[in-house]
Amino acid sequence: MSTELASGLAAVVGAREITDLTRLSGGASRETWRFVADGRPLILQRQRIGDGRDMGIEAGVLRAAGAAGMPVAELVASGTGDDTPVGASYMVMTAVEGETIARKILRDDEYAEARRALPAQLGAALAQLHAIPVDRVPGLVEQDQIAYYRGVLDSLHEPHPTFELVFRWLEQHRPASPRTTIVHGDFRLGNVIVGADGLRAVLDWELAHLGDPMEDLGWLCVKAWRFGNRKPVAGVGDYQELFDAYAAAGGSAVDPDEARWWEVLGTLKWGIMCIIQCNVHMTGFSRSHELAAIGRRVCENEHDLFLALEGRW
Amino acid sequence: MIPHDMPSGKELVESVREWLERDVLTGTTGRLQFHTRVAINVLAMVERELELGEAQALAHRARLDELGCADEAELARRIRDGELDDDAERVRELVWASVRDKLSVANPKYLEP
Repeated sequence: MSTELASGLAAVVGAREITDLTRLSGGASRETWRFVADGRPLILQRQRIGDGRDMGIEAGVLRAAGAAGMPVAELVASGTGDDTPVGASYMVMTAVEGETIARKILRDDEYAEARRALPAQLGAALAQLHAIPVDRVPGLVEQDQIAYYRGVLDSLHEPHPTFELVFRWLEQHRPASPRTTIVHGDFRLGNVIVGADGLRAVLDWELAHLGDPMEDLGWLCVKAWRFGNRKPVAGVGDYQELFDAYAAAGGSAVDPDEARWWEVLGTLKWGIMCIIQCNVHMTGFSRSHELAAIGRRVCENEHDLFLALEGRW
Repeated sequence: MIPHDMPSGKELVESVREWLERDVLTGTTGRLQFHTRVAINVLAMVERELELGEAQALAHRARLDELGCADEAELARRIRDGELDDDAERVRELVWASVRDKLSVANPKYLEP
């Protein structure tokens, strides 16, 4: 099967020789492979059969983000459909050297300088993304985040009074959302490549959509993405550092209350995602005590929500 | 009254957790060691649930009764429909108390300021 994939890859990147083909990870929706094409290290992301998303849209966002000057891997080739040379929708990108594991970025001495640089770099990268004209990438849809996650929670049949209290607060305090931009949708440590010098590439564009740009800033500040660190912005920065960097790089001035509203929604989202991850085990799709234990992390998010909303109800 | 001999269920789980900590954790690396750590955490959680669960069930029942709800699903529905808006502060207080009970089993360190 690997030989077949290698010859498919040779065709899509126009290389004579494919070597070092190694599978890095396999999520529910896609596989990631690393390989070398005529001496050039590249990454393949291949969609799994049954995942309905159009990878062509994601490739379009990645291309537009690169053109806007955002640090991203360069798109080398892409295709959609089950009859591509690699047998499914795919993207081939340059391999960017660096670390993605959040705990290493947050703890290892090697990344001390990166930790100082990251808050401003993350803010600037988001400003660049949000400045891209929305018609530059066809196919992106606007999604009402409250309605969407309301539907997801209901479909799980796991009632949570805390989440209901927070849904009501969110509805009653919804910001006006004066701007609609491209939103990354999962912008946080774990989805970026970091080197000793800081941010090198923004990854994982599969959740990109149109919406309020503050969604990305709020999500970046959700407590789960601090991985145990104190600082609110990805565990490395203070709110104002992020907001200042965002405005300095051409983003709009940030209303802290608006960003906080999105952080609260993000905390609720992560709580719901914990239920979903636990269900991967409970339904038998993939039996794992690690996934089972995530079900008991829902209450961490509930507690965070009460802390975040103290004095704000 | 339960008919079982010693050890108790909690003590049995404890004995497995101790074995994982003493022998397995030190004898493994990488992914297997990580999954051993997760297993230790899971068993410690079960021990806490066996210890605290009964009292927590009573306290949770009392909170639901105070709000006139048969179960968690009814409470969730009534909050959603706005039926408890007049009593919002008390509802939040009682719901948060149950969340803290859940955390004291799932991850008590999370409750530290």
